[in-house]
Amino acid sequence: MALSSTVLFLAEDEKAPLPVVPHISEVILGLIAFGILVWVLAKFVTPKFEALYAERTAKIEGGIEKAEQAQVEAEAALQQYKAQLAEARAESARIRDDARAEAEQIKEELRAQAQEESARIVAQGQAQLEAQRAQIVAELRAELGRQAVELASRVVGESLEDEARRRGTVDRFLAELDSVSATVKS
Amino acid sequence: MGRLVLAEEGTFVPPGAKDFDLPPIFGDVTKPMVLIVLSVIIILAFFLLASRKLSVVPGKFQFLAESVYDFGRNNIAREQIGSKEFKPYVPLILGLFTFTLVNNIFGIIPIIQFPTFSHIGFPLALALLIVFPTYHIVGMRKFGVGKYLKKSVMPAGIPKPVYFLLTPIEIFLKFFMDPITLAIRVFAAMFAGHLILLVFTLGGEFLLIEASAPLKPVSLVAFLMAIAMTFLEALIQVLQAYIFALLSAGYIGSALAAEH
Repeated sequence: MALSSTVLFLAEDEKAPLPVVPHISEVILGLIAFGILVWVLAKFVTPKFEALYAERTAKIEGGIEKAEQAQVEAEAALQQYKAQLAEARAESARIRDDARAEAEQIKEELRAQAQEESARIVAQGQAQLEAQRAQIVAELRAELGRQAVELASRVVGESLEDEARRRGTVDRFLAELDSVSATVKS
Repeated sequence: MGRLVLAEEGTFVPPGAKDFDLPPIFGDVTKPMVLIVLSVIIILAFFLLASRKLSVVPGKFQFLAESVYDFGRNNIAREQIGSKEFKPYVPLILGLFTFTLVNNIFGIIPIIQFPTFSHIGFPLALALLIVFPTYHIVGMRKFGVGKYLKKSVMPAGIPKPVYFLLTPIEIFLKFFMDPITLAIRVFAAMFAGHLILLVFTLGGEFLLIEASAPLKPVSLVAFLMAIAMTFLEALIQVLQAYIFALLSAGYIGSALAAEH
């Protein structure tokens, strides 16, 4: 029985084709099927995926580029601000210096003006005093003259009225003078 | 006499090459033929649906499709061919990878359960009639026929006497062994894998039905083994598809490489 079944297996195996011998129909079909597959992939699938990849790459690179650009811009803005700030500082310092100088100048001017004013006032006062003195002197002189004339006229009148009296008067005066001097001597 | 008689007598008929020779479904069309067409439809439907509206920020489905595409494009084609020249070969390599992958995976899909590449005709068609001419033609186109052949069979930088030994070996490898082994590798893996699954499944079935009562539980071991082997097969099927595409890309890459 065992022998016969072995024989039978062999017979059956002989009926089955050798697995390493290809069916021509399968080779042809495989070729066609694969050809269609690759053709469609190449024609419709790959270009789309590649386009997507390109787009994605472009987007990422674009994003990086944009970020870099933004950074550069920010840097530039910062520099600009710094420059402006420095400029503003310089400007303020300059203004302060100017103001200080101006204030100094104004103070100087005011002082000069005040001194001038005071000098002027003093001068005016002196002039006024001088004028008043002159006036007073003039007045006094006039008064003195008048008084002297009056006195003189009174003296002269008296003498003119009475020679004797005048003489007596002079004598009296002289006597008085003598007595005064005598008293001073004594 | 026949299998019927043996079965009646309780003799196990081990699965063999005959189990791969399936009867035609209609006319001359057999199951592998239907599956090949089905695989092309599946792959194209997958990629065409995914590529219909691609966006820079991918959705789930697009992400899946992109992962497959990326794997074929970057991990296989670009790695093997080089980032300068790989672009024109992306459809071919992607096709080889997905075509082999889907047809291999058919081996463990319920109902389908037949790895198409266990029929040597298909891998042979790809390896001998597509990959083999492709890499020689692109090499010849780039370097010219004479220079390409010289570069291929007489690698530079070797002492002259060695060429007497090396050149025949290189010719044998480059023009015969490379394409044939490329086809046989995936064919043999699929054939053997399917056979192992058949052995455990049919063996378990036989034990369950024909064995005497105390031996029947042993069939459980066979079925568990069949399940374990299915997982192993899944790994091997993916791996073989990867290797097939990788080696094809590698051949193209070495044909295009300036120096060997």
